[in-house]
Amino acid sequence: MTMTIEKPVVSDDQAQSDTVQAHKSRMRRRRLVVHLAQLAVLVILLGGWQLFVGSDQTKIILYGVPSGIVGQLVTWVIDGTSIGPLWNQIFVTLEEALIGFFIGTTLGIVCGIALGRIRFLAEVFGPFIKVLNSIPRIVLGSVFVLAFGLGIESKILLVIVLVFFGVFFNAFQGVREVDRNFVANATILGASRWAVTRQVVLPSAFTWIIASLHVSFGFALIGAIVGEFLGGEQGLGQLIKQAQGTFNANGVWAAMVIMAIVALIAEYLIGKLEHRLLRWRPPQLSGPDL
Amino acid sequence: MSGVLPRLFETPLADLEPAIELRGVTKSFTTPSGSTYTALKDLDLRVAPGEFCAIVGPTGCGKSTTLTLVSGLEQPTTGTVEVHGEVVTEITPGVGFMFQTDAILPWKTVLDNVALGPRFRGTARSIAETAAKDWLRRVGLSGFEDRFPHQLSGGMRKRVALAQSLINEPAILLMDEPFSALDVQTRAIMSNELLQLWDLTRPAVIFVTHDLEEAIALADKVVVMTAGPGGTVKDTFEIDLPRPRVVQEIRFEPRFVDLYQQIWEALRSEVDIAYSQTTVAKERVA
Ligand SMILES: Nc1ncnc2c1ncn2[C@@H]1O[C@H](COP(=O)(O)OP(=O)(O)OP(=O)(O)O)[C@@H](O)[C@H]1O
Ligand SMILES: [Mg+2]
Repeated sequence: MTMTIEKPVVSDDQAQSDTVQAHKSRMRRRRLVVHLAQLAVLVILLGGWQLFVGSDQTKIILYGVPSGIVGQLVTWVIDGTSIGPLWNQIFVTLEEALIGFFIGTTLGIVCGIALGRIRFLAEVFGPFIKVLNSIPRIVLGSVFVLAFGLGIESKILLVIVLVFFGVFFNAFQGVREVDRNFVANATILGASRWAVTRQVVLPSAFTWIIASLHVSFGFALIGAIVGEFLGGEQGLGQLIKQAQGTFNANGVWAAMVIMAIVALIAEYLIGKLEHRLLRWRPPQLSGPDL
Repeated sequence: MSGVLPRLFETPLADLEPAIELRGVTKSFTTPSGSTYTALKDLDLRVAPGEFCAIVGPTGCGKSTTLTLVSGLEQPTTGTVEVHGEVVTEITPGVGFMFQTDAILPWKTVLDNVALGPRFRGTARSIAETAAKDWLRRVGLSGFEDRFPHQLSGGMRKRVALAQSLINEPAILLMDEPFSALDVQTRAIMSNELLQLWDLTRPAVIFVTHDLEEAIALADKVVVMTAGPGGTVKDTFEIDLPRPRVVQEIRFEPRFVDLYQQIWEALRSEVDIAYSQTTVAKERVA
C-alpha cells in the first residue's frame, strides 16, 4: 500500500498574511458603518416619537413616550409592579413559556418522527392532525383557563398546543426529506430500523426541526402572555393587561421591551444550540444574515 | 445470451456455486404518471465467489437497478436473485455497497462513519474504532479521523465509503460507478488500491462503470448490457489478463487493446441506441 496524503500545510507567506490583514480591517470598517447606521435609525425613530408626543398628556396616554417607557422600567425594577416584584412576573411568564416549549417541542419531535417513519400511524392520525391544525388554536386558551383555572397549568397547555404543530410538521417533513441513499447505506451496513431512525433520520431531520424552534419559541412567549391575558394572576401578560386597564401606554410598551429582551436572549441560545447540533454542516454560503 | 453460458463453463470459476446468480430477472417501476417502466428484462447473470465482474452499458440501462436487486434493497418483479444459493428477500447479509452518489453520513466524523458497520452489528465502541482506524490507514486516511465529510475532497470521501464497506468484510461487494466523480489520475490510483484491497479478502465484486478501460483493467469478466428499457445482458467477455495488474500500464498491452476493441464493438451500438432514444425523447418534448 503506497498511499500518502499530504496534510495541509499552513502557508505563512508574508504577502498572503498581508492581504488577510487588509481584508480583516476592511471587514471591521464595514461593520462599524453598519452599526452607526443602525444607531442612526434608532435615534431617528425614538427621537421622532419623543418629539411627536412631546408633553401632550392625551398623546402620552394614547401612544406612550420613550422617556416615559424608560421611567416605567426604572420604577418597575426599583419599586416593583402593581402585582408584585418585576422579576416574579418575568419568572412566571418564562416558566410557563419554557416548560410548555420543552414539552411541546419534545412531543412534536417524537410524534413527527413516529408518523414520518410509520406509515400506519400517519394514515390513522393524519386527518385528526389536519383538523386540529386548522382550528385557531389561540381560542383554546379560553377553554384551558375555564378547565384548569388561573394557575400556570392552563398557560403551559396553551403554549404546548401552540408550539407542538410547528415542530411536528417540520419533524414530519424532515423525516420525509431524508436522503434515501443514507437510509439504504445504513441498512446495508447492518442498521436496524431503530438504529436508522436514531442515527440517520433524526440527525437529518434536525436541520428542519431546528429551523422550527426559532419560530416556536416566539409562539411559546405569545402563548404564555395570551394565556395570562385571558385569565391569570401573575406574569407579563397580566402586567400588560393591568397597564392597559389603567390607560398606561408606557407600561404596555415597557412590558413589550422586556419581552423583546427575553426573546432575543432565547434566540441567541437557540442559535448556539443550532450551531452545536449542526456542526457537521459546511459553513453556509455567505449572504446577509438576519 | 447464447454465447454466455459456454464461455462461463470454460472457466474454472464457473464450476463453483455462484456467489451471485440472477435468473430471468425483470424489474418494472411504476412511474409517477401511473404507467409501468420495465428497467430490466430477462436478465441472467452469474458471478462466482471471488470473481471481479464489471458491468458496462449505456446510461439508463438498469445497472444501478441490478445492484439494488442483488443487495436486497429492491425485489425483482419476476425471476429470482440468489446469493450463495439463498433467494434474496430482504437485505442480503454480508454485502457491501458503494453507491453512485455519496452516501456516507455527513453528520458523522470520518472515524464514526467507518465504524458504523461494526457498531450496527453490536461491536463495542472501542473495538469498532480500532478496526476503523486500521481501515482508514489502509485507504490512506490516517490523520483525518476527526474530519466531517464536507471537509474532505471527493476522492477522500470515496475512500471513506470504501473503508466503510470493506470493514464489514463483505463476501459480496457492489460498486456503482465508485470513481466516476474523480479525475483520471486519482481514479487510476484508486483502482490500483481497490485491486490490492480486494486481494485481501477476495469478495465477489460487481463493479458498474461507464469507463470501458477501467472495466477491463479491473475485472475477470466484463458484462455488456443492452440499452434500456428492458435492459439485459448483451454479451459477456472473459478478461484473461494476468494478475497482479497495474492499472496505468496494462492498457498498453496488445491483449488489452484486443479485448477493448471486441467489447467496444458490442457496446457501441447500445450506446448509439440509448443516445438516439434520449435525443428523440428530447425533441418530442421540445
Ligand atoms: N424508483 C424508480 N422509479 C421509476 N423508474 C426508475 C426507478 N429507478 C430507476 N428507474 C428507471 O430505470 C431505468 C434504469 O435505471 P438505473 O438507475 O438502473 O440506470 P443505470 O444503468 O444505473 O444508469 P446510469 O448509468 O445513468 O447510472 C432508468 O430509466 C430509470 O429511469
Ligand atoms: Mg446508475
